[in-house]
Amino acid sequence: MSEDVKKFLYVNRKAPYGTIYALEALEVVLIGAAFDQDVSLAFLDDGVFQLTSGQDTAAIGVKNFSPTFRALGDYEVTRLYVERESLEERGLSAEDLQEITYEDEDDDWAEKPSIRVVSREEMAAIMAEQDVILSF
Amino acid sequence: MEYKVNGHTIPADEEGYIINLSDWSKELAEEIAKSENIEMTDEHWEVVNFLRDYYEEYQIAPAVRVLIKAIKKSMGPEKGNNKYLYELFPYGPAKQACKIAGLPKPTGCV
Repeated sequence: MSEDVKKFLYVNRKAPYGTIYALEALEVVLIGAAFDQDVSLAFLDDGVFQLTSGQDTAAIGVKNFSPTFRALGDYEVTRLYVERESLEERGLSAEDLQEITYEDEDDDWAEKPSIRVVSREEMAAIMAEQDVILSF
Repeated sequence: MEYKVNGHTIPADEEGYIINLSDWSKELAEEIAKSENIEMTDEHWEVVNFLRDYYEEYQIAPAVRVLIKAIKKSMGPEKGNNKYLYELFPYGPAKQACKIAGLPKPTGCV
């Protein structure tokens, strides 16, 4: 990577439906992924609900965009940090989240998990090392 | 814009992308292709069907470089490359093939 590569972190704090934030954030990530930057995503507060498995939006008449998170690996976005405390405060755990994987180019295309559950303290450290943080 | 297929009128936006994804049919695809000056061959269908499967699975139309990579992986490098796909769809494989496949314009495509 060249010296021009910056570390971008997209912070998702809102529930997937009810506002447009979550979907818009994901679209920005997909567009931004074309610019060869170092992109990762963070999910905290109600944002952790965006990654839960088995979402069904039929009754609220909006598109269930949760499958799109599984395409992020194709866009070379391979790190989705989820805050453990936010999960626990909502009675959730890693098992409630959908499986999202990427293929590691440097490891013979082995499939690896993209979701990394981290503590609040680790999340703070991850944020501290970013060049750009976009909060949704 | 709109397309006419078997006496039905299918609404589309000003660039020719259909409004209701459920309006899509093979006949409509042929009709959209005609308006793009493309004659559909098995090779065209292969890409269009691939895009429809991708959308079904991930709910997005992939960006062109992602499409090329995904085709390379599933159909091999002789099809998963710029040259092959631009020969089939001269105005851009993602843009044109998505239109024919009845999908929205790829995210990030202007």
